[in-house]
Amino acid sequence: MALYRPIADHAVLVEFGTAISDAAHAQVLALDQALTANPFAGFREATPAFVNLLVDFDPIMTDHAEVEAHLRLLADQPLTPRTPVTWQVPVCYENAPDLDEVARRTGLSTDAVIAAHLAGDYRVFLYGFAPGYAYMGGLPEAIKLDRKTTPVRGVPAGQIIIAGTMCLITTLVMPTGWWIIGRTPTRVLTGDEARPFLFDVGDHIQFHRVSQAEFEALP
Amino acid sequence: MTRLRVAFAGPHVTFQDSGRLGRMRYGVPASGPMDRKAFAIAQSVFGNPPDAAAIEVSLGGLSLDCVEGQVTFAVVGGGFIVQIGSRRMGAWTVHTLHQGERLVIRPGPWGSWTYLAFAGHLMAPQWLGSSATHGPSGLGGGTLVAWQEVIVQDARVEHTLEGSIPCPIWARPRPVIHAVLGPQDRFFSADSLEDLATQPFYLTNSYDRMGVRLRGPSLTPEGALSIPSEPILRGSVQVAGDGLATVMLADHGTTGGYPKIATVVSDDLDGFVQLRPNDAVRFKLVSAPQAVALARAGDKALRTYLNRPR
Repeated sequence: MALYRPIADHAVLVEFGTAISDAAHAQVLALDQALTANPFAGFREATPAFVNLLVDFDPIMTDHAEVEAHLRLLADQPLTPRTPVTWQVPVCYENAPDLDEVARRTGLSTDAVIAAHLAGDYRVFLYGFAPGYAYMGGLPEAIKLDRKTTPVRGVPAGQIIIAGTMCLITTLVMPTGWWIIGRTPTRVLTGDEARPFLFDVGDHIQFHRVSQAEFEALP
Repeated sequence: MTRLRVAFAGPHVTFQDSGRLGRMRYGVPASGPMDRKAFAIAQSVFGNPPDAAAIEVSLGGLSLDCVEGQVTFAVVGGGFIVQIGSRRMGAWTVHTLHQGERLVIRPGPWGSWTYLAFAGHLMAPQWLGSSATHGPSGLGGGTLVAWQEVIVQDARVEHTLEGSIPCPIWARPRPVIHAVLGPQDRFFSADSLEDLATQPFYLTNSYDRMGVRLRGPSLTPEGALSIPSEPILRGSVQVAGDGLATVMLADHGTTGGYPKIATVVSDDLDGFVQLRPNDAVRFKLVSAPQAVALARAGDKALRTYLNRPR
């Protein structure tokens, strides 16, 4: 059962659970998709997260009760989830600043850390923190670590960073307390006006290993 | 074409348009002006479209030299001081800047943000179709820096518009702001909810376009340290593990794992951001329908003002 929580004068948060689960996230994506296909008058935008969907509206045109009624109708209908895209992302693990420390803390060899990272089944659960920061769930338990106690400043774009069960590709020069285990030429902020963000929430990602020489030769 | 050169720009002086909407799902907040009403009034002086850029000036201030041409401008928002040569005015003014003159905008008796709009097309870089600047990344129009050139194309001189324009009462700093509890108020004790509704809070110096940290009673969340990241809005009152509240503003992160005890109604945010560090603010809790009524009343007041006979 979904919960509908009113927010201020202009949003409804639709909640499908309290703990992260594939079932809750599937419902978030299904309602998001149904709303995109059938928006209401005054709809501004929807933001999917792990267990809930934020629906923002223009309070001059509609109100919480009308929006909730519209969303309940959508949620009652059978929803066909969008077929997610699977993206192939090359990773160079050579000279990654934190790979040795991750190995030390997990008791694995660096090759085992790399193998574990490559074996993960990754899916974009939500974006957050900064433009284009796509949170990918699916990192194997074997390399699950808490964040560093102190963030590192000035981490550049294109770094593969991990913390908890999440992995992401940095898109901007930003501070991060996550562990930097590789880098990729793949840009989530594409610079392409037709598709400015590479991934949609729900998409799958498969990483594959490239050598330093291959990384440098990639476009 | 009129060419201006930045002689001095304080921190957080940026190009802004009315905002970059619809990209929250990709981690991009709307950004745009901190005080959206003052921005709208400034642009309305010249009939500029909503996607036109203006310059948002912080308490750091701004000095511009007019190196070529001339242009009529408006400064709207806060009680800032506007100076051309030895001539000193308050904000809420329309004036013309000529070649060889220096325009100085600096903080005055009240307010934290003011808007400099031009009769003409202010050139500003765009990102995703908008010149609104996302401060933390610098994406969009960008932050103004010394020696930078600022270009106004099709610049006009509009002597008939010159003079002062009225500052409506609702454009003043707002020390009492309405908020709706939630969406994560369930993680707070009855005492914390009572403190939020009855105790004064104070803005701190941890204040930028992303948000402002408040000083006040500790609102320690209970058992909320592991909640899944949830969407954040402009106006979210987020409480970190230390019990301190932050009101999220124009450049807020789009998701986060700290609980949001309440959300400030949009109509009060423009007046709220015109408060200054150490000013007191009180929360007045209202229902969601009351919040919608406040949004509609505020919108009506702004439209009545913009359509006033001149």
